[in-house]
Amino acid sequence: MSNTAKSPWLIHYDGSSCNGCDIEVLACLTPLYDIERFGIINTGNPKHADVFLVTGSVNEKNAPVIRQIYEEMLEPKVVIAVGICATSGGVFRRCYNVMGGTDKVIPVDVYVPGCAARPEAIIDGVVKGLEILERKREAVRMSRKKVRGVPQ
Amino acid sequence: MRGVNDLGKRTVIPFGPQHPILPEPVHLDLVIEDEKVIEAIPSIGFIHRGLEKLAEVREYPEMVYVIERICGICSFGHGLGYVTAVEGLMGVEVPERADYLRTMWHEMSRIHSHMLWLGLTADSFGFESLFMHTWKVRERIMNMFDLTTGGRVIHSVCKVGGVRKDVGGEMLERIASEVRDIRKETKELTKVFLNDTSVKNRLCGVGILSEDDARDLCAVGPVARASGINQDLRLNGMCKYGELGFEPVTGKSGDCYARCKVRILELGQSLDMVEKITSVLPDGPVEVPVKGPLPTGEFMMRLEQPRGEAFYYVKGNGTKHLERMRVRTPTNMNLPSMVRMLQGCDLADVPVIILTIDPCISCTER
Repeated sequence: MSNTAKSPWLIHYDGSSCNGCDIEVLACLTPLYDIERFGIINTGNPKHADVFLVTGSVNEKNAPVIRQIYEEMLEPKVVIAVGICATSGGVFRRCYNVMGGTDKVIPVDVYVPGCAARPEAIIDGVVKGLEILERKREAVRMSRKKVRGVPQ
Repeated sequence: MRGVNDLGKRTVIPFGPQHPILPEPVHLDLVIEDEKVIEAIPSIGFIHRGLEKLAEVREYPEMVYVIERICGICSFGHGLGYVTAVEGLMGVEVPERADYLRTMWHEMSRIHSHMLWLGLTADSFGFESLFMHTWKVRERIMNMFDLTTGGRVIHSVCKVGGVRKDVGGEMLERIASEVRDIRKETKELTKVFLNDTSVKNRLCGVGILSEDDARDLCAVGPVARASGINQDLRLNGMCKYGELGFEPVTGKSGDCYARCKVRILELGQSLDMVEKITSVLPDGPVEVPVKGPLPTGEFMMRLEQPRGEAFYYVKGNGTKHLERMRVRTPTNMNLPSMVRMLQGCDLADVPVIILTIDPCISCTER
């Protein structure tokens, strides 16, 4: 499990964003920002992922998809809401088909502000998320020990 | 027991909304027989926000910010289209320098959009290092956007009556030198895209759209041009394209390779145009004060976006809020062509074909 801290994999889902944050998330992967130097890899499989990046707001149709991806991910997991739309709905808040931020559907650990969020901010958010991931991992390990009755 | 006759049984494979190759959610039901796609049934609606309705609660100058966020890739084009439509409604004349600057930024956004597309396409056929190289070059143009407008993807420089920011002489020189560097680096990249055997194997003869089909299905932009339709709205007298002397690029074969080639040639053209603008930019103001009555009546505006023709409709009723605002986006028009291309293709080619129309789902659904 300690590999998680060294090489956390992330999965990205575009809620109803304008693509602005999505291409910035992609830009993070490419040579100038290069988050792979932290061991972070973008995966398409929720079961492989430790970090869930959500961009864009939530609506009736994509809420079940976001929930499903979240539930398919294994514990411990961290959710990062990238951009103002994923945080609160942003400029589209008053649109009829926008429910609001990601936290309407799943618990969010880190909010990254910006419209569109800059790659630096996204990387910062992910690194913050990794600390939370580490704490959660510790909590999961402790609870397993308790269940097994292993002396601590 | 299954007999030989049952082997060609049809299966439905769901594709999306969350898929490694798609940056955006779109769902396709692929009906396949063996390895061939018989039919593709798209379903959209994951990104629908209903932002056209916001025109009723936001004032018309404020609405630019919402319109720019229809899509983060063609953001500048959307702002430009809306602003030009409102200017037409109110009879505002834009100063020449502002018009040139708009043209320059619009071409810069075409460069960034086409590079983004080239990278994603390389990724879709599994050429990851090419994807990384393309995006490395693309960061240069993003940097230029950052320096001239203050934003990397959402620029917010267009406003009714001109542009918000001026570009100084030093910056123009820097843009020109940057463009020359980008051209040099793009040449290396395009050599790979156009001549590499493994790239050709994935693109040549895949997803053919004939000229008649393209016409019947109302394809727009590079998709239509790759099938041999000479249609480019930049020739219709919008902005300053008339003075820049440019000819639309067309292809013949209508396959993925032709679409790739058309975009690469357009990329070169856009670089030339940006460089030319930096040398011919006239002096003068960049905005005019907007006075007079509030917008009334209707106005339509067509614009060539990186992905093709976009259409803007505005209707005012003499108040600060528009009565109706409507956008028709290029990907919306190219989806029927994409469904036609997918019929009869191999399952492995599906991601490449979907990407060659340069899908922008958040434009499509708004």
